[in-house]
Amino acid sequence: MNIDDLQGLLPLLTLAAGATALMLQIAFARNIKLTSFLAVATLLAATLSIVWAGESAPRFVTPLLRADKLALVFSALFCVAGAVTAILSMDYLNNRGDEPEEYFLLLVLSTLGACVLAYASHLASLLLGLELMSVSLYALIAYPDKTKLPLEAAIKYLVLSGAASATMLFGFALLYATTGTLQFSAMAQQLANIDTGNITLLVASVMIVTGLGFKLSLVPFHMWTPDVYDGAPAPVAGYLASVGKAAVFVVLVRWFIASNLFRFSILIDCIALLAILSMLAGNGLALLQTNIKRMLAYSSVAHMGYLVIILVVGSDLAHRPLAIEAGMYYLIAYTATTIAAFGLLTLLSAGKSQKENIQLHDVSGLFWHQPLYACLMLVALLSLAGIPLTAGFVAKFYLISSAVSDGRWILLGSLAIGSSIGIYYYLRVVFYMTRRVEEHKNIPEAAHGLIEKFMTCTLIASILLLGIVPQSLMEYLRSILQLVN
Amino acid sequence: MSLAILIGILLVGGLLALLADRWGDGTPRWVSLVTIGVALVYLLTTVADTAPEYFNTTAAIGSDWITYLKLDWIPRFGISFELAMDGLSLLLVILTLLLGLIAVSSSWSEIDFKQGLFQANLLWTLAGVTGVFLAMDLFLFFLFWEVMLIPMYLLIAIWGHENKAYAAMKFFIFTQFSGLLMLLSIVVLAWQASLTNGSYSYSYFDLLGTTLNSNLEFWVMLGFFLAFTVKLPGFPFHTWLPDAHTQAPTAGSVLLAGILLKTGAYGLLRFAIPLFPEASMNFAPIAMSLGAAGVIYGAVLAFAQTDFKRLVAYSSVSHMGFVLLGLYAWNNIALQGAIMQMVAHGVSTAALFMMAGAIQHRLHTRDMRRMGGLWHDAPRMGACALFFAVASLGLPGLGNFVAEFLVLLGLFAVNPWITAIAALGMIGAAIYALWMMQLAFQGKPEELREFGDFGSREMATMATMMIILVCLGMYPQPVLDLAQPVLDSLQKLTPNIEAVVALTQVGVMDQ
Repeated sequence: MNIDDLQGLLPLLTLAAGATALMLQIAFARNIKLTSFLAVATLLAATLSIVWAGESAPRFVTPLLRADKLALVFSALFCVAGAVTAILSMDYLNNRGDEPEEYFLLLVLSTLGACVLAYASHLASLLLGLELMSVSLYALIAYPDKTKLPLEAAIKYLVLSGAASATMLFGFALLYATTGTLQFSAMAQQLANIDTGNITLLVASVMIVTGLGFKLSLVPFHMWTPDVYDGAPAPVAGYLASVGKAAVFVVLVRWFIASNLFRFSILIDCIALLAILSMLAGNGLALLQTNIKRMLAYSSVAHMGYLVIILVVGSDLAHRPLAIEAGMYYLIAYTATTIAAFGLLTLLSAGKSQKENIQLHDVSGLFWHQPLYACLMLVALLSLAGIPLTAGFVAKFYLISSAVSDGRWILLGSLAIGSSIGIYYYLRVVFYMTRRVEEHKNIPEAAHGLIEKFMTCTLIASILLLGIVPQSLMEYLRSILQLVN
Repeated sequence: MSLAILIGILLVGGLLALLADRWGDGTPRWVSLVTIGVALVYLLTTVADTAPEYFNTTAAIGSDWITYLKLDWIPRFGISFELAMDGLSLLLVILTLLLGLIAVSSSWSEIDFKQGLFQANLLWTLAGVTGVFLAMDLFLFFLFWEVMLIPMYLLIAIWGHENKAYAAMKFFIFTQFSGLLMLLSIVVLAWQASLTNGSYSYSYFDLLGTTLNSNLEFWVMLGFFLAFTVKLPGFPFHTWLPDAHTQAPTAGSVLLAGILLKTGAYGLLRFAIPLFPEASMNFAPIAMSLGAAGVIYGAVLAFAQTDFKRLVAYSSVSHMGFVLLGLYAWNNIALQGAIMQMVAHGVSTAALFMMAGAIQHRLHTRDMRRMGGLWHDAPRMGACALFFAVASLGLPGLGNFVAEFLVLLGLFAVNPWITAIAALGMIGAAIYALWMMQLAFQGKPEELREFGDFGSREMATMATMMIILVCLGMYPQPVLDLAQPVLDSLQKLTPNIEAVVALTQVGVMDQ
């Protein structure tokens, strides 16, 4: 390991150092202001360090990690998302619980895990990153609010996620037994010699798909999603829904490309089936919710369904670059949008009323007394619904373009049906927000600091910019993916 | 650049109207009025400046486009910000802005909640519709197509009547789902074109003449057709329309009926048929049957209504059926009729909705059984209502008659039987229009009531629309001339039907 290697790992090192510093600071003197400042500074420093880290990319840093542009872009995304979550959480935590300083420590650790996932080029680092991210999340879910619901959610997530990890590990073991390696690119060479119908491989892939399907909450492994989101504090739920899924998806894409798993047609068919189920069931179940967090949970199930389409499309080598590009754009748009949607819930829960579980009627009339926050929600919902001028539309357009190029009509049909159902439940929230003043009384008091307003404007601007001037990001993703492919 | 500025004026005007709420109670509507006025004047002056030769030349010369603008937007997919205007677009944009003025006038005293936001949404809807009529890049077209719905949705959802949630949602889901199918079709078309051209492009001009295999062409065409027919609305996709119209505030109904429906017709004429000539010709019998069914069905259902606005809404279904018939007959006369119908129906229905709004504002009901004898209390209102009712039933001398007559004439050459069926719709129109007059304005009032007749603002608005309809009816030639070059160039793109060629060569209309 030389200095260039370390330079490539700079974001990870920054985050790790920041986490250590945070831990020491909390041990010596509890001070929520200082802790939150340190956490945000760490996350932003890690984001900035990516510029410098990019100079030594691409390179393998040990067989475990690959520092390339893809890893760096997504590390940046996760760090920014972590920073936004941290900033939005400040007011939320101030009005809740005693001694919430560890929250920020856990958030930094979880981001570190997500970044490791973005770097992973080996099943061991995949597992390390995944567990680092998940274990921090268990604690994050239960930590700030010491009531029954978050605790239940955390235990549920812990048990189920543990089971999923165990299943996945078993799959890894079987994979190791057949190929003799855990490194992605080395695995490609081994797999090339093995018949695609090999029974051990089949069992292994079923187990791994189950494990990762759980993490991405694809139907039928989605059962935990609404309960956990519902119980988790709003900022954590947003973080879990965006970074928690995007990181897993990035490593999945990397693994599929590096080991050329696309040639296992049974695996691809399985994923296509999961995609269709997720799109239809996710959207269908979201219809029935009156709790906005649960609705967003099911909507995230549906969005993951849309997203895995690109793995199916990618199975055709000719259309793979476009598909991967579309997937990466979708992830970025989805992360920004999800953070924004949950951001509103955080802001609403942050006030003195400590209202959790925002229901539809809690946002009624929001347009008239919190126009800025209502605009944030409006933009986020339109983006989730895929209406033009928002990030979500360009992402969906990208996805449709790639699926059309490969002629995946059944997937496209499910996407069209799913999206149309989606419009109903997204717009229902908008409708509640536009209700007249007389029709509602007990609105939860929202946070109203300058920082919150600034974050709100930034989120609105980023979603709109991604939707209106996507060209430069598209070109950038295209250029870095040419190297990855 | 002028076209982008035109849309920009409306967008900025919307923002100003939103801010104007703080400057005083009545300011937003003035801002709105001035904005549309400025846009209209700007449009007319630029058109007069840039293209005097357009109006003098006949179609044979290539200068079909009055102005044209193309800026790169997303080169990754060959998407550009491409706007262009020809006679057809010009006509429809003028209609849009005129009806915008009328919508502002009709909302003058009706809206008392968040006026600024109301006017802003109204102006943004106008901007979106103008964009739809001008966009020549299919991606951009789709963008305007979808985006114009959001302010419209808000207009219905916030300022609508008792059942607004249901109506707004139904409207949005119908149009969004069909829009999504169109997006799929657009992407498929662009992808197929990129296989032959070697690079992506969403420009209308690049996509014209793309050859698809006939099976694919049919499905792609169907995606476009569905999106446009839902908006038109064609039978059997019209069910959102009565709800949306009835629940919308008056200005919303005026915009919906007057111009939003026309975007569907425009889409069929500009995109669906020219892009897929073969498939459209094969599909024409079905489309025409749907059109005829819409004419009859709309008329029958209109007769069954007791709600004033619902009646007018169903009459729209009936009238827009004629547009569908005219478009798929695809010959010069029928197309001229369809375009004429777009303009005439826009004006006459807008007037009827304004009438309905005025009655509701005064009586707080739309139920015609509770009206009766309105003429006695408000003779000016009664006279206006009678004028637009007979316009709607197709009285010779008014625009609607010219339109429906041309459609039937052109259609007869293509399909006499469907013509015969559609002509029955005109009888239906006479029945429901006169029945409406009878129920609402004639007879004895059941309850004692005091209410004001039309004031000068309302009379001025009504008079404007009457003048337009009379002009269209008495001297339709300028409109026909404006549309003719466009129709010529569109028809060059498609294979002609022999019987029709013969008919057009006779030159029944003496162009």
